Amino acid sequence: MRTATLSTTAVAIALLGLLDACGSTDSAAGATNASTPGATAVCQGTTAKPGYTNGLPQQPNAASSLSGAGSTFVAPMMSQWTSTYASNGVQVAYQSIGSGAGIKQLQAATVDFGDSDAYMKDSDLALAKGPVLQIPLVLAPVVVTYNVKGVPSGLKLDGQTIGKIFTGQITTWNDPAIQSQNTSLTLPSTPIATVHRSDGSGTTDIFTDFLTKESPSWVASLGGATKSRGKTVAWPIGIGGKGNEGVSGAVGQTDGAIGYVELGYALTQHLNYADVKNKSGAYIEPCNQSVLAATNGVSYPADLRFDLTDGSDSHAYPITGTTWALIYQNQTNGAKAAALTNFFSWALTTGQDLTLSLNYQPLGKDLQQKCLAQLKKMTLNGQPIVP
Amino acid sequence: MSAEAGAETLVARPRGRATYWLGGDGFFRAVVTACSAVVLLTILAMVVFLLVQGFDAIRHYGFFSFLTSARWAPSEADPNVSSPNPYGILQFIYGTMLTSCIAMVIAVPVAVSVALYITNFAPTRLRRGLSSLVDLLAAVPSVVYGFWGIFALIPALKPIGEFLASTVGKVPVIGVAFSGPFFGYSYFTAGVVLAIMVLPIIAAVCREIFATAPLNWKEAATALGATRWEVAKIAVYRPSRSAIMGASILGLGRALGETIAVTMVIGNSVLAINKSILGQGATMASVIANEFTEATEPFHLQALFVVGFWLLVVALVVNIIARRIVAAAVAL
Repeated sequence: MRTATLSTTAVAIALLGLLDACGSTDSAAGATNASTPGATAVCQGTTAKPGYTNGLPQQPNAASSLSGAGSTFVAPMMSQWTSTYASNGVQVAYQSIGSGAGIKQLQAATVDFGDSDAYMKDSDLALAKGPVLQIPLVLAPVVVTYNVKGVPSGLKLDGQTIGKIFTGQITTWNDPAIQSQNTSLTLPSTPIATVHRSDGSGTTDIFTDFLTKESPSWVASLGGATKSRGKTVAWPIGIGGKGNEGVSGAVGQTDGAIGYVELGYALTQHLNYADVKNKSGAYIEPCNQSVLAATNGVSYPADLRFDLTDGSDSHAYPITGTTWALIYQNQTNGAKAAALTNFFSWALTTGQDLTLSLNYQPLGKDLQQKCLAQLKKMTLNGQPIVP
Repeated sequence: MSAEAGAETLVARPRGRATYWLGGDGFFRAVVTACSAVVLLTILAMVVFLLVQGFDAIRHYGFFSFLTSARWAPSEADPNVSSPNPYGILQFIYGTMLTSCIAMVIAVPVAVSVALYITNFAPTRLRRGLSSLVDLLAAVPSVVYGFWGIFALIPALKPIGEFLASTVGKVPVIGVAFSGPFFGYSYFTAGVVLAIMVLPIIAAVCREIFATAPLNWKEAATALGATRWEVAKIAVYRPSRSAIMGASILGLGRALGETIAVTMVIGNSVLAINKSILGQGATMASVIANEFTEATEPFHLQALFVVGFWLLVVALVVNIIARRIVAAAVAL
């Protein structure tokens, strides 16, 4: 009896050890992120913190707590912001439940603010309980990540090639379409495993927006431009991974895989990622400088609903996106309205300094000013909050 | 004498309705009836809830239109178009059935062997430890099985899958069921993970059944000169066959509904039935887990409730069959 129990324990411990060993074998993805010779040298040096000052007067009598919900992509940023901001005596509780769920919670008015990586469409706004302010908070690239033996970061790909890969028209890594863009590399004949998000996602929206603009094959295969872009699309082939971690996990585990994730995930998982050809024909590495360049030459509409993909600047990384805070324009609770104004004016100014350490890119000056102007449109029972 | 008289009075005393209901008997009866009713009502309420939640989609597309298509493309849903239904669910029913079948084909023989070994062959000292080890498998959370599936099982299955794809996959006719390329995420992998998850359930039930195999049968078989293997076959395995069926169907119930572990390794391909078991697919449970948080397309969420309804129907039917078989086994 005693021996039996002992042996059970011993085997259990051995099993745990085995699990542990299995878990640690996958970190050999090999992440050298050396800039490729020949690529446009955009990503040189370090980006300085923007150092915006908060000019908005602090609203008195603010509520001591706020609740928000939405995008998982902005969750690390929110968590950093809310923990730093807590020193002002205001607790901001952010539930990272997904962009679509965030929009639903806002529509049901069960949270003080929502957050989505894809802006609310007119059909979404029709279901809301009033006009909604949509305010960009940070910028970030979606990177095309891959796991091909012997191929480091910096593989060059254009939109049409990526589109053909994700529709199954290019099936091996040494396809002439890929090889011709990477003459210095010897590509293997490994079959390509495409990996996409199985859940609805703002990341998918940004990625498919780029493919729709750059890949006629992608649009044709999906049956038209209205069907080829969205938080979910009808992927013709491929492995579906749940969440950014599901995609990065599948890419990291599968030889020959290609997928798309937010840059932060590729960096923490040590995955290689591609230089993507932009509108002006240059292959651009995703980094702070090239993401910021994506906002150059963008004319922002009054409601700040815009896309940053396929920017016209020659240094722009073409698969760039943002995330929108969603706030009802007309508030009915004075304390909540004051707290919302205080928190977001802080996040858009002082808070922008915290973005770089988490691999997000702060908003450029002109966009940041427009966002603050948008925030000032908030009213309390019809009266402006900030004079 | 007096006790006897007392007993007589007790029996003779007429028991009115009020006495019955106010006494302990009636109260106890009421409590257990209420409890049973709660279970029944919960299941009924669940069916009604799923139908009510899915009603908009059912009204828009028709009740059976979900079962006539194998194409799930929420992004193509249009509130003004009701045909064709973009929320076809045949591929999910197929995925649920196929992964469960693979699981059963692998798990049942292994579970029966494990149970036979524990009850008839293992040294007495080992039996207890082995039993607890098998039970321990049931205690592993399914998300851990999913992780293990991705990081340990997929690399291990890779050579097997590639071998199948390059040999059986090249054979005409049946080759289509094993055609490559094999990337790991597949019905096959999901089936193997499920097999390991249902193994302890089947093994535990079989172990109990084999332990109660009549001793005199075993003795009789031994007396007739049967070897140990023949004793196990004649006196333990044969009389337990229908009970093994029941145990297997209990395991099948678990396999049909398993969500997270399957979602993590099946590859989540929702657009069509993938003919190759080495290809990606999806199950009814996995599509719900994947999509309900971001179900923002027209009728998307309602369609997921319809999937939930059919999953419940499949699970209930399987459970009813299991109960029938177990009942038949007990009657033997």
